[in-house]
Amino acid sequence: MSTSAVAPAPPAPSTPPVATPQRAARSRESLLAAAMTAPAVILLIVFFVVPVLLMFGLAFTNARLISPRPPSVVGFDNFLTLFTDSYFWASLRNTAYFAVVVVPVQAGLALVLALLVNAKVRGRNFFRTVYFIPVVTSMVVVSLLWRFIYEPDGLLNQVIRAVSFGYWEGTDWLSNPATAMPAIMLMSIWQAVGFHMVIWLAGLQTIPGELYEAAALDGASRWGMFRHVTWPGLVATRTFILITITISACSLFTQISVMTQGGPLDSTATVVYMAVRTGYEQQSTGYAAAVSLVFFVIVLGISLVQRLLTRERG
Amino acid sequence: MAIHHRGSRTRRLATITALLTAAAFALTACASGSGGSGAVTENGVTTLTLWTHNGGNDDELAVNQRVVDDFNAGQAGYRVEIQSFPQDAYNDSVTGAATARKLPCILDMDAPNVPNWAWAGYIAPLELPEQLFANQLPSTLGVVDGELYAFGHYDVALNVVTRRSVLEKYGIRVPTLTEPWTKDEFDAALAAIKAGGEYEHPLDLGTSGTGEWAPYAYSPILQSFGGDLIDRNTYTGAQGVLNGPAAIAWAEWMHGLVENGYIARQSGEDSTLDFINGKSAIMWSGSWAADQVTERYGDDVLFLPPVDFGHGPKIGGGSWQWGMSADCSAKDGARAFLEFSAQTKYHVLYATELGLIPATEEAAAQVENFAPDGKYRIFYDLADQFAVQRPVTPAYPFISSVFQKASADIVDGGDPKAILDKAVADIDNNVKQNGNYEF
Repeated sequence: MSTSAVAPAPPAPSTPPVATPQRAARSRESLLAAAMTAPAVILLIVFFVVPVLLMFGLAFTNARLISPRPPSVVGFDNFLTLFTDSYFWASLRNTAYFAVVVVPVQAGLALVLALLVNAKVRGRNFFRTVYFIPVVTSMVVVSLLWRFIYEPDGLLNQVIRAVSFGYWEGTDWLSNPATAMPAIMLMSIWQAVGFHMVIWLAGLQTIPGELYEAAALDGASRWGMFRHVTWPGLVATRTFILITITISACSLFTQISVMTQGGPLDSTATVVYMAVRTGYEQQSTGYAAAVSLVFFVIVLGISLVQRLLTRERG
Repeated sequence: MAIHHRGSRTRRLATITALLTAAAFALTACASGSGGSGAVTENGVTTLTLWTHNGGNDDELAVNQRVVDDFNAGQAGYRVEIQSFPQDAYNDSVTGAATARKLPCILDMDAPNVPNWAWAGYIAPLELPEQLFANQLPSTLGVVDGELYAFGHYDVALNVVTRRSVLEKYGIRVPTLTEPWTKDEFDAALAAIKAGGEYEHPLDLGTSGTGEWAPYAYSPILQSFGGDLIDRNTYTGAQGVLNGPAAIAWAEWMHGLVENGYIARQSGEDSTLDFINGKSAIMWSGSWAADQVTERYGDDVLFLPPVDFGHGPKIGGGSWQWGMSADCSAKDGARAFLEFSAQTKYHVLYATELGLIPATEEAAAQVENFAPDGKYRIFYDLADQFAVQRPVTPAYPFISSVFQKASADIVDGGDPKAILDKAVADIDNNVKQNGNYEF
């Protein structure tokens, strides 16, 4: 990576002298850029691109994690088994359920919080910190804590009992197929909303204050100001948040693995959890690769559709 | 001249970055290149690595260390070094090391994994003299395809734990080894205790346990009903065995326990603690809990044989066993260590220090609790008479995963036939895909 190897040759007399130092500086700059990004790019290639390419290949084989036999190509067998596997469809359904609820709720709640902490009130830094703390807590720790909170005689039911004076008992949240997924949604939103609040906040702070002053002079109400000044000003942030929440909602795994292991009765199984279970616990690498491949295509499709719907027109 | 300065500073920066990157990669390459195949020879002394799952389990790790220290002190050619891992991460660590061909020379393994690891070529047959293991409890030997791959120093036994005062209060007979409870007797006992109102859930089956607990604890009940995890004649499928009438009877009985309120759908985190605190009257637990409950309830504690649901009482069998990796470059050293550790005095050591069932009758005679009239002798008898090993097949990890899910779904109230049919389909499919796991 020595720069001397690519130092430009001495300029020919006819070339204007001012262009050469500029070209040399630019090539040095691009070299520097390459050197700076090299570690990250190499790591990305080795730990991300290569496994993804492997996945494309392994999905068509019967590779196993532990086996004395080498893997052999089985064509579309894995996919045929996959599409007749009721566990896969349940996982897909649950993942879709989770995404459809969490994306608008979390984005909306984050926006509300961002608007609140953007106001010039005393102690807003305290609130910003408090809302952000769950984000920096490990998801495993959060899942364990909430598992205890959701127990039949855990904190949540005790609060419900106290608030309703014993009228409502609450239920065994994680063992009831109808309430297990909503319980996990609640916990996930609580944990991640701070992160998106910060992103909305950044977007809010790019809107020039003069626009609000102008709107106030024109006699706009609070809601009018939001609709005509704030919301249009947040277009770029909105697109970013939509795509990132969708992708992280689709990759739901940690909470399931710690709290419910896909139960009760497959009501919290998700596609990533299924892939990890088949690939690692059941040692069927080829089948897990097929699951991952199908999921990759689905998430790619969703992202492209979202991008299409939110692209800038004109 | 400003441009010239910027250029040389840029060049220096780029060079330094490039050098740092190269250095970082060189370091990582060096770090991963150590270890070899679990044995290193220097100055005539071969150092072998030994892996154990006892990280965090100070008592058992101390016993491991005693055996290793005695071996190291007793001869000069070999030196064994222990590396311990937390139990939860142990199997994954071994799988990872095996895939990278960096297994240690000596390692311990959970009994049901031995056939799978033998089939995958991780471990090699021990090729030690047969009479060394002639009198061991069969569940402490890892025999696969006719060859001995691993042996253990101890076993544990599931049993029914309750208190004499509770049984007397509700007029329930105390069962013995030769006359265990029948299914009807057990159901009546649970109904009586539940009706008494003292216990919200009279029985604790440990339904909140995850991982290997489910097959270990519930497949013996399934076997007592007459079903099984896989057809042990051919080991090629589970049709009729895991979804036959006996298995469905088992599933309906398990779900019946939840419906009648005899067990909680999700038991507490620690069944032993719940029993000691009086939250349950009867506990399906193992000999590992014996010391704790005896400390609390003294002579009132009863360790009873399992219920006979029709095909005899059954308990699980097989605990941690020692073996040797196939890649080991110092197999003689590994064999020397394993033979050394198989002496009776070390069986006695494990049993006395840890309260576990010694694997040989000879050792049992020397341990006060497990001698013929010792207070824990029942565990030895249970292990000897009623232990059924989990299926000795390389398909076991898959079977275990499928059964964990099936039993959780059954307790949660799913349709037993559909659940068991799906489990059988998955198992059969998996066995077929792996060419019947032939050696």
